[in-house]
Amino acid sequence: MWLWINKFAAPKNFYQIAGTIIPWTSILCALLFLYGLIGGLILAPPDYQQGDAFRIIYVHVPSALLSMLIYISLAIAAVINLVWRIKLADIIIAVSAPLGAAFTFLALSTGAFWGKPMWGTWWVWDARLTSELILLFIYLGVIALRAAIPLQESAARASAILLIVGIVNIPIIHYSVAWWNTLHQGETLTLTGASLIAPAMLHPLWAMILAFICYAKTIILIRARTEILRREKQSQWIQAFLRN
Amino acid sequence: MDHLSYHRSFWLILRYELLIACRHYTELLNPLLFFAIILTLFPLAITPAPEILQHIAPGIIWIAILLSTLLALDKLFREDLQSGALDQLLISSQPLPLLILAKLLGHWITSSLPLILLSALLAGFLQMAYPAIKVLMETLCLGTPLLLLIGAIGRALTLRLRNSALLMFLIVLPFYIPVLIFSTSAVMAAEQGLSVSGQLAWQAVMLILALPLAPWATAAALRIEI
Repeated sequence: MWLWINKFAAPKNFYQIAGTIIPWTSILCALLFLYGLIGGLILAPPDYQQGDAFRIIYVHVPSALLSMLIYISLAIAAVINLVWRIKLADIIIAVSAPLGAAFTFLALSTGAFWGKPMWGTWWVWDARLTSELILLFIYLGVIALRAAIPLQESAARASAILLIVGIVNIPIIHYSVAWWNTLHQGETLTLTGASLIAPAMLHPLWAMILAFICYAKTIILIRARTEILRREKQSQWIQAFLRN
Repeated sequence: MDHLSYHRSFWLILRYELLIACRHYTELLNPLLFFAIILTLFPLAITPAPEILQHIAPGIIWIAILLSTLLALDKLFREDLQSGALDQLLISSQPLPLLILAKLLGHWITSSLPLILLSALLAGFLQMAYPAIKVLMETLCLGTPLLLLIGAIGRALTLRLRNSALLMFLIVLPFYIPVLIFSTSAVMAAEQGLSVSGQLAWQAVMLILALPLAPWATAAALRIEI
């Protein structure tokens, strides 16, 4: 098992495995997007209170979820990097931190577009909105720290420590609704028990969530391949690969 | 030297920190002056009206405390790095987190304690009343060690970089937000005569969590070669 992980994590093998996975995740992603977008934007009935404005959840909820999921996976990769010194973990961190920041920004901006007609304001200092904003600052801090350290190995370890320290923020975001409950609505989606949303609206939402996850995976794999090429350009297998 | 107990090495570092601080006491005054000037700017910029000042005073004081603490933190480890004392700490046979804790305690006594005392005085200038000032002092006593513990991680991560002060501010300030929220909401609750034990308990929880974990993270950050 251990040997297998090490073999998989070697940049050369990962490069090839990622190359075979990428077409499949992109096809899956396209199909889910197709179903989610048609189902969400056309087939689902308008909300009895919010009209068509509710449809922004098909972008807002998946990107908010992804902003946190990516952070959690970054923190796990950070632990792997610090403990086992697996180079691949840092490559994943390097390529997915900007993606996480982008999803956080998307969640905040779509929330603002929805908030203007619904709450009558672009922004409120609600606990959940604020923690999402803090998450954006933490992402940007990680990116800034990486950019400031010239040595790659040091940048990897410094950002790993910062990511692990930052993971404290994730539970605060999740439980903030319960703690400082103000304007943001409570949870609608649950894996167990009945969701508080009609099935015709719910199914496209799950499809969109899965589509966003597939999209993030595809982008991370593509970017990781590019990063591997950049970092290992001196190695023999890439020299041989380029000659062919 | 191998037989130095943890207890003794802790006190040696603490004594060394305090001694250095006493010999360069003018440097300690700068964050205090900065704190006082920031607090003076708010009545000038917003309004001198007592009822409004009283309302925003806890927030102003806490923001000024955050900035002054970070400003004072900038010099933590820096002279040690330049003089080579930091390398001695890194190769010492004593556990590094313990030595860091001793340094932070020394730093708290020499820079945070004066800030706390000064804010008791300046809170009166901002028209805060007695029960609120008492709660403010409690939140400061629980909150400032937490600020130092978290800030030390950021300081260690950026220590060897150019323009490190600004970068340290950027990566540390987001982590200060929970401290800020609990502290100011405690003082505001006290102003309205409500119970503040919940907010203080949360601060205590965060402090108890940070006390063993933060020096460990700081030690890991200091060991990164740049």
